[in-house]
Amino acid sequence: MALEHADVLRAAHLARLGLDDDEAAHYLDDLGHILTMVDQLQSLDTEGVAPLAHPLETTQRLRADEVTESDQRERFQRCAPAVEQGLYLVPRVVE
Amino acid sequence: MHDTTLTALAAGLAAGEFSSRELTQALLARIERLDGELNSFITLTAEQALEAADQADAARAAGNAGPLTGVPLALKDLFCTEGVRTSAGSKMLDTFVAPYDATVVEKLKAAGTVSLGKTNMDEFAMGSSNENSFYGAVHNPWHRNAVPGGSSGGSAAAVAAGLVPAAMGTDTGGSIRQPAAFCGITGLKPTYGRVSRYGIIAYASSLDQAGPMARTAEDCARLLTAIAGHDLRDSTSVARGVPDYTQELDAPLAGLRIGLPREYFGEGLDPAVERAVREAIGVFETLGATLREVSLPHTHYAIPAYYVIAPAEASSNLARYDGVRFGHRCDAPADLTDLYKRSRAEGFGEEVKRRILMGTHTLSEGFFDAYYKKAQQVRRLIRQDFLDAFDEVDVLMGPTSPTPAFDLGAKKDPVSMYLQDIYTIAINLAGIPGISVPAGFVGGRPVGLQILGTHFAEARLLNVAHQFQQATDWHLRRPAIAEETL
Repeated sequence: MALEHADVLRAAHLARLGLDDDEAAHYLDDLGHILTMVDQLQSLDTEGVAPLAHPLETTQRLRADEVTESDQRERFQRCAPAVEQGLYLVPRVVE
Repeated sequence: MHDTTLTALAAGLAAGEFSSRELTQALLARIERLDGELNSFITLTAEQALEAADQADAARAAGNAGPLTGVPLALKDLFCTEGVRTSAGSKMLDTFVAPYDATVVEKLKAAGTVSLGKTNMDEFAMGSSNENSFYGAVHNPWHRNAVPGGSSGGSAAAVAAGLVPAAMGTDTGGSIRQPAAFCGITGLKPTYGRVSRYGIIAYASSLDQAGPMARTAEDCARLLTAIAGHDLRDSTSVARGVPDYTQELDAPLAGLRIGLPREYFGEGLDPAVERAVREAIGVFETLGATLREVSLPHTHYAIPAYYVIAPAEASSNLARYDGVRFGHRCDAPADLTDLYKRSRAEGFGEEVKRRILMGTHTLSEGFFDAYYKKAQQVRRLIRQDFLDAFDEVDVLMGPTSPTPAFDLGAKKDPVSMYLQDIYTIAINLAGIPGISVPAGFVGGRPVGLQILGTHFAEARLLNVAHQFQQATDWHLRRPAIAEETL
């Protein structure tokens, strides 16, 4: 499956990763090589093989639906780049 | 004091030969003096270390010392440490001071260990050479022009150079074992789920696992006993008792069945590395083990499957770096999308971007089944190869890496770098444990022997590695820098 310039730009947009045309061209080359390597997988017959998500195939543990966390907003917001009155600041999104 | 094992240092502390403060001061002075030429540390935490050392000495004086009380070590800069910058080797987190401790860190503190600082690493643990660090490459203590391996390159180099007796690493595709091999130390990647991932900055969540890096298997056994165990805060950690991993170290190896995977001795393996590894394996025969060839037929598909699964998980995990809650934020964003895009473009390095793009592409509409689902299916076949092999043999052995440490700057294209991990990557896909032990030298650069076991066979691996280290002295060889005294 050949990769095109537009695919790289699309992935960059989906990942919200700023990329100009020159950088996209550079990554197109690299990703093309990686995908060629990855395409070896297609030669293997996996008909009927169930995908493996967890190496031990354990299922998610359940717990009682109780509050276990305390409010530590101030502590956790200390590492935020811009905070005011307990809120994260971002550029205006609603006019 | 710098030229000895963690086990010996713990004994020295227990016997009152020196205090934790004296030991900590001596090692801090070594790091100050010698690490300039290695760059193995990103952050030194001298003040906190001396405070912890004093607490350890006080605990000992009060009769409350445990087996690791007062022992110094270092942490890969991927473990969140409360009040200390935790960078993941990235500009993105250059100013990030973690608000809490990772479970591994919490357990190590509770055991009375003294962290001297945070070690250098490939950005977000993505790399096999430590050249992808925002803080610069690490130099191999055995050969300054060689890489230390990666991604836990700083941890490996610091231990090899005698700056710390042990360091914590993480391993997603070989990141503990390969740098351990390149630097001539011992490194254990435990079974997936054996050690909590809570507070370890995530790369690929179904593959990431933390483990000890030290000079001997015995040291690793002591550390694993301290860090392993179930954690309510990591739903993938396994609820299973933790043995004292030092208990089985002395078990004799007579009758041990060793499998040699045919695929690990094939094309691409440096003949000199093969000679060293086969010679090392011969030592086990003299200890009463038997050898037989086995096959892991899907080995060839491990790197392709990994380079779908790991980038896919990374692209999802790294979505959290948005310039809003923590980490780098661009100047004067025009709007929210600009804030996201520029913060991420400025904060991430090239390899990280490559993997985010790769993962985003393979997970995107129209490609998911062909890549991610296919890779997960292949993952099951790879795991089955190992389970079948462990029906026949107790452990598998082979080289950790196809070559000794390569030169800085030698691997220019990503795929040639990825292929370096041919013998380590399948182990993470299968979730089994593996250990690398020093097994000789090629051209003055260390060679690692990798020993693999089935899920939760850590005690067996440590026993096998320890017996090898009783019969050989490769693990005691030190680079010149480790011989330097202040």
